[in-house]
Amino acid sequence: MTLIRFFTDSLRGLLRGSRAYWIWLGVLALVFCVGLWAYSLQLRHGLVVTGMSDQVSWGFYISNFAFLVGIAAAAVLLVIPAYIFHRVDVKAVVQIGEGLAVAAVICAMMFVLADLGRPERAWHLIPFIGRMNWPTSLLAWDVVVLNGYLALNLALPMYVLYCRYCGREPSLKHYFPVVVLAMFWAVSIHTVTAFLFSANSARPFWNTALLGPRFIASAFVSGPALIIVILQVIRRVTAYPVQQSVIDMLALIMTVALQISLFFIIAELFTDFYNESAHAGSIRYLFFGLDGLTGLRTWIWSAVAMNVVAVVLLSVHSTRRAPVTLNIACALAFVGIWIEKGMGLVVPGFIPTPLGEVFEYTPTAVELLVSLGIWAFGAMVFTLLAKASIAIELGHVRAAPAKQPAGKPLPGAAA
Amino acid sequence: MEQPQPDPEKPAEKGFDQYRRKFMAGLVTAGAVTGAAATGAGAARAAWGGSTLQDVLGGFFQDNYQRMSRDEIDSALARIERKAQRKFGVAIHCEDTPPLPNTVFGYALNISKCQGYRDCVDACVKENNLGRDSQVQYIRVLEMAKGSMDLEKSDHYYDPKDVPVDGKFYLPVQCMQCDDAPCVKACPVNATWQEPDGIVVIDYDWCIGCRYCMTACPYQARHFNWTEPVIPAAEINPNTNYLGNRPRPKGVVEKCHFCTQRTRKGQQPACQEACPTGARVFGNLLDPNSEIRYILANKSVFRLKEELGTEPKFWYYTDDLPAQS
Repeated sequence: MTLIRFFTDSLRGLLRGSRAYWIWLGVLALVFCVGLWAYSLQLRHGLVVTGMSDQVSWGFYISNFAFLVGIAAAAVLLVIPAYIFHRVDVKAVVQIGEGLAVAAVICAMMFVLADLGRPERAWHLIPFIGRMNWPTSLLAWDVVVLNGYLALNLALPMYVLYCRYCGREPSLKHYFPVVVLAMFWAVSIHTVTAFLFSANSARPFWNTALLGPRFIASAFVSGPALIIVILQVIRRVTAYPVQQSVIDMLALIMTVALQISLFFIIAELFTDFYNESAHAGSIRYLFFGLDGLTGLRTWIWSAVAMNVVAVVLLSVHSTRRAPVTLNIACALAFVGIWIEKGMGLVVPGFIPTPLGEVFEYTPTAVELLVSLGIWAFGAMVFTLLAKASIAIELGHVRAAPAKQPAGKPLPGAAA
Repeated sequence: MEQPQPDPEKPAEKGFDQYRRKFMAGLVTAGAVTGAAATGAGAARAAWGGSTLQDVLGGFFQDNYQRMSRDEIDSALARIERKAQRKFGVAIHCEDTPPLPNTVFGYALNISKCQGYRDCVDACVKENNLGRDSQVQYIRVLEMAKGSMDLEKSDHYYDPKDVPVDGKFYLPVQCMQCDDAPCVKACPVNATWQEPDGIVVIDYDWCIGCRYCMTACPYQARHFNWTEPVIPAAEINPNTNYLGNRPRPKGVVEKCHFCTQRTRKGQQPACQEACPTGARVFGNLLDPNSEIRYILANKSVFRLKEELGTEPKFWYYTDDLPAQS
């Protein structure tokens, strides 16, 4: 009974919001609808409305998918300090990270769905009812780990919030096993996604053992970058206490991860170019162009420039600690990794083709609108989850009779 | 050569499978009954893009080919024929051609003889009902500079007045029917697999269109229907089979299947029949007296990208260099 009231009260909490809250949600809903309209064109005419071809058979959708799995995995950077090291300041915001993971996983799955030629047959992926090629197919693995991660990141915060709602402390022995599982699971989702690419011996650009580590390193850049910005926004627009120490910790993790990430790129460049073989075709196309075609050159060099500026801003203590330069670094690193891991990783894998043809890819307006719609949907999901969880944490939504007066800071944050 | 053993006779239903079957059958029947009750057959047809509600539901809930019972396959074949009639106005015959016993097909291609005419490509397009607008072609002939095997320097779209061009040789590439096929491993839903006769086939009604198999293929042999394939009614080849050349819908992957509709009945594949130079040799690798076995034993043969370990069953050879003992 309390559980039902927990959900209805949370939902009711979502309906109470400022004008800015409603405008924000309205804009997101509008963008999502535009995306739906673009998707309807794709459903009607087929994937011919995208820029993809037999030569470059994955494009903008799968690029965004790979990037978003990284964002989802990065929630672990809050989960570990909160639950393993019992850092009170991090524990206060861990629900926000988990909410972000949920939104990112949902977005990632929507991108895969948008990429399917026959989305109505997606049920073929359901074990037993459909026919899942597990454990052989890496794509089947991805379906398993993403759904599992979604479930874990829904269950964990829901349990904690439910306890808060009832006015009691969550019991560590109940949720600790789930925390440990979620930790390993977070690493697994991004490893599996990297293996999805590196498994292809037909595509030498991806077929490297470094791809998994590169994915993890860059995820620990883009994820914290986004969380840092979001936490600052939450601190500004709500009464929720976000301590500076959390942001400092994330900024430091991000700095080290970006340094490692850039080192990995240098390692790739050296190995491919010192004795340049036919296998270096893709990376040559990416950075310098091939047969006079240079579609990705501007993308990747801007990504490199953004990441280099970001790593300098982050590595210098004074600029990392100053909010303005930190936020600039976050924005640069976020976009930089989005390009590097998205268009810069997925598309060149197909160029040149295994038969040596250089055929370029540019996303069409339909692809951009569908993608924008999915991102907007993700932002909407995150906003609602964060709003519900903040309301409970602040004690605005609480099982009657309230054991604590509304507005009192939660026990964790006050300590 | 490893032979997967999926069921010439469909195995007995057991356990969960039985419940899944009943559940699916129930859904289709319920849908059909509701459809029939709610509307007359004519009205239902109009509402479902020219199909009956029963066909739509039957198609939607159709099982993976490897799991279908005899009855389910028969009704799927009937649906395919009805659909072709509606779409193209042509009466096609679609059958389920079983693999031949003690047969594993292989292909050998003499690149000294190939002149780059592309007659094989044309014959394949016609035989296999390939979309004419979408210009899907299972065979890609590469024009290569003599003295090099660098694929990146090959011309895929050569168009001189006369072939062969001096200083060039021609390398036709199609699905190699790999024995350890990366595409089969990649498919998340088992919509593609290797048959007992070594041919890698696709269930076009089970493919979800994720295109991971295309990513995995080292030969760019797989093609996606980015749009609805269009074929003029007069050019439809009405002799089709389920795993082969039946008309495909948009949004699914297809590729060369060694003309299963022909070769499983003892005929040559269309590309071999069309080749004017006799460069193509197709046959049973398990038959020690076959021409292909003679070539493998007596010619200098090579396979494209053999180093990837996918064990292609497609060999190239030349007349210039007889094997020295």
